[in-house]
Amino acid sequence: MLPEIGHYALILALMLALMQSVVPLVGAHRRDPVLMSLAPHLAVGQLLAIAFAFVLLVQAFVASDFSLLVVAENSHTDKPLLYKISGVWGNHEGSMLLWVLILAIYGGAVALFGNNLPATLKSRVLAVHGMIGLAFLAFILFTSNPFGRLDPAPLNGNGLNPILQDVGLAIHPPMLYMGYVGFSMAFSFSVAALIEGKVDAAWARWVRPWVLMAWVCLTAGITLGSFWAYYTLGWGGWWFWDPVENASFMPWLAGTALLHSALVVERRGALQTWTILLGILTFSLSLIGTFLVRSGVLTSVHSFANDPRRGVFILGILALFTGGALLLFAIRASSLRQGAAFAIVSREGGLILNNALLAVAAGTVFLGTFYPLVVDLMGGDKISVGPPYYNRTFVPVMAPVLLAMVLGPMLRWKRDDLKAALSRVRLPAIAAVAVALLAFILLFGASVFIALGFGVAAWLILGTLWLLATRIKLGVAPFDTSLRLAVSSPPSYYGLIAAHAGMGVVVAGITGMTAFQGENIRLMHVGETAHLSGYTFTLQGVTQGKGPNYDYERGSFLVQTNERGGFVMTPERRFYPVRQQTTTQAAITSNVLRNLYISFGENNGKGQWAVRMYFHPLVPWIWGGALLMALGGLLSLTDRRLRIGMPQRSPARGVIVAAE
Amino acid sequence: MRIISDRRGGRRSPAKTRARRGRPPVAPTLAIIAIVMALFTAPAFAVQPDEILKDAGLETRARALSQGLRCLVCQNQSIDDSDASLARDLRILLRERLTAGDSDQQAMDFIVSRYGNFVLLKPPLHWNTAFLWLAPLLMLGLAGVGFWRFLTRQQGAPPPAPLTPADEARLTQLIKDGPTQ
Repeated sequence: MLPEIGHYALILALMLALMQSVVPLVGAHRRDPVLMSLAPHLAVGQLLAIAFAFVLLVQAFVASDFSLLVVAENSHTDKPLLYKISGVWGNHEGSMLLWVLILAIYGGAVALFGNNLPATLKSRVLAVHGMIGLAFLAFILFTSNPFGRLDPAPLNGNGLNPILQDVGLAIHPPMLYMGYVGFSMAFSFSVAALIEGKVDAAWARWVRPWVLMAWVCLTAGITLGSFWAYYTLGWGGWWFWDPVENASFMPWLAGTALLHSALVVERRGALQTWTILLGILTFSLSLIGTFLVRSGVLTSVHSFANDPRRGVFILGILALFTGGALLLFAIRASSLRQGAAFAIVSREGGLILNNALLAVAAGTVFLGTFYPLVVDLMGGDKISVGPPYYNRTFVPVMAPVLLAMVLGPMLRWKRDDLKAALSRVRLPAIAAVAVALLAFILLFGASVFIALGFGVAAWLILGTLWLLATRIKLGVAPFDTSLRLAVSSPPSYYGLIAAHAGMGVVVAGITGMTAFQGENIRLMHVGETAHLSGYTFTLQGVTQGKGPNYDYERGSFLVQTNERGGFVMTPERRFYPVRQQTTTQAAITSNVLRNLYISFGENNGKGQWAVRMYFHPLVPWIWGGALLMALGGLLSLTDRRLRIGMPQRSPARGVIVAAE
Repeated sequence: MRIISDRRGGRRSPAKTRARRGRPPVAPTLAIIAIVMALFTAPAFAVQPDEILKDAGLETRARALSQGLRCLVCQNQSIDDSDASLARDLRILLRERLTAGDSDQQAMDFIVSRYGNFVLLKPPLHWNTAFLWLAPLLMLGLAGVGFWRFLTRQQGAPPPAPLTPADEARLTQLIKDGPTQ
């Protein structure tokens, strides 16, 4: 009975979304306050209906109601409670429901907290948001109903793929969706602005927090996914340029560009048209990501036939929203006010450069992701586009972005002098060159790229700290003046510092991992010792046992740097009887500067186990830096929140309050 | 780590192999959705101890080449990283060729002749991949032109009106007061 109520709630949500897409639009057109005032109620109603359906689906998973097809396919009574719950979004139907739930949460947030928005803009934003909800609710109800029944119900379910039974992966999809779907706000605001025919600083001030929020979540989501891959795969890979990863990375690149261009709209009233276009494209890339993951078109060309209706449906949604929005853009964009003038060398100029390069970078990833499909469709050949391609295209495009990340924030708005600006960052530049040279010498000139990587990382970290030091006049003014300046700097400024320095930490991590990682792959019997990068690994013993829903074989390794002391690492191999699947649980010890990583293989029948030991220098910095970037976004967001709804500051003061 | 999703007689789809071994689904994918009655095969890793060649020089070459070869049943994963049995076969084949005295180029050519360009993670420059390789440059050029046009249009815009005496006075006042947070 409960699932039928859930199904009904989804249909109700669909109807509310239908009304939400039409009524406020008409209301805004006629300036009818009654019709417009309906919009928030419809959005909240839609949210409540979807939330109710979602709760019922969670309930079905927790109660192991195997008369539901998705539960029977993806759950099992033996599974720990956490994974019963995370199993809700560990499958297509459930994760789609999570998708629309998050969409509705964003819509509800605008409805509830958007009181300071002009009535017509708010109505139009909610209407566009309602259309997205309508399309995806229809997708769920017509092709992916999570409440489909199974008769007769099996005694037990198939269980969740063991590889997904992991804490990191329990929170990874919700995070990712908060990011993906969050860009729908940018889309709704952009389309609403096109309908309104007006984009101003206030518009950007309303959009930016949403974009920031989505960006923070997407950054954290991608980081989690990457870290999960690292510890689950058994050999320490953390990024593969695989289509599914690219699907989340493209919106991230576009979203990063959007974040910065919205800044120009807000501060300087320029770049409106481009920002609108980016808002549309970023969400379109999110939709493309959804399409990629759901249709299976790129995973394997054949799996498209799995359920062609789904792929075609999402493709239809994608074409409708992207095409419609771009058409509207083409018609209306020219009527938007052109921005204020500025010189080439200026903060605005730097931000435009950032946007242009990020757009090219996103385009490169897009091309690399879809080109194999194009070649396949042309017939006669099949190709793969892997890391070597991205190393030769994406990396060179991003290199100037990284270099500009320190210089850009140093530039003044409107106009600046390049020479003067460069002299302001002379010190960190010298330090970065010194680091690069040092790395080059220490590596005996083996790799120019590694040396450059460390140089860029040093430039980003030191340069960004230098930005902060310059701002608070550290060492120039008396210390208490510096302290006062540090305290009075807005959180968003610290957001900038954290995010840009975080990028430097990521670059250092990637470079260190690439340059100095070591491995030792071998067969070991109990009592045998292996050496790697100054550590000795002794296999002390192997034990077998039972976990909650798996059997394990666990190796116990004593890791030492000298004769005495040391610590024990215990990698496992697990066997999940329900799915007849084996997974490895790598043992990882980290001291921030390096990770030691052991994964434990199978017995060869002669008392020896296949063991893989890795030394991963600086690798924790990759995720640490990424989280620092997300933290920077959060800091910026706290600042924003204080400013939303506040009366617009006078322009003169806006200039003095330095930018982020 | 392996994700085995060799499906056998899924309830809604015909028997079909859709291997996604060793690849993390960054978001839930069809592989997980599928009703999996996974075939249990002996667990394996990427390069295994028994594959490693005695000759360290040959092994280094094999490892380097492996990183450019795609595991045919995986998503953009090199055979060096993959634990699929097909990847293992390919690793062994590559090592056989190298041991037999092939140069790097000969070994790669041999594998490409057998499996096609699909096996190369770095797509070779052909007529049908020319756009793939040139497009980033093209986009960069376009972005440059766009950047330039935008700025020159900016230059053509009339300069902002000079400050009125009232603005001037207000500005002086503000500067005197210093920044107020």
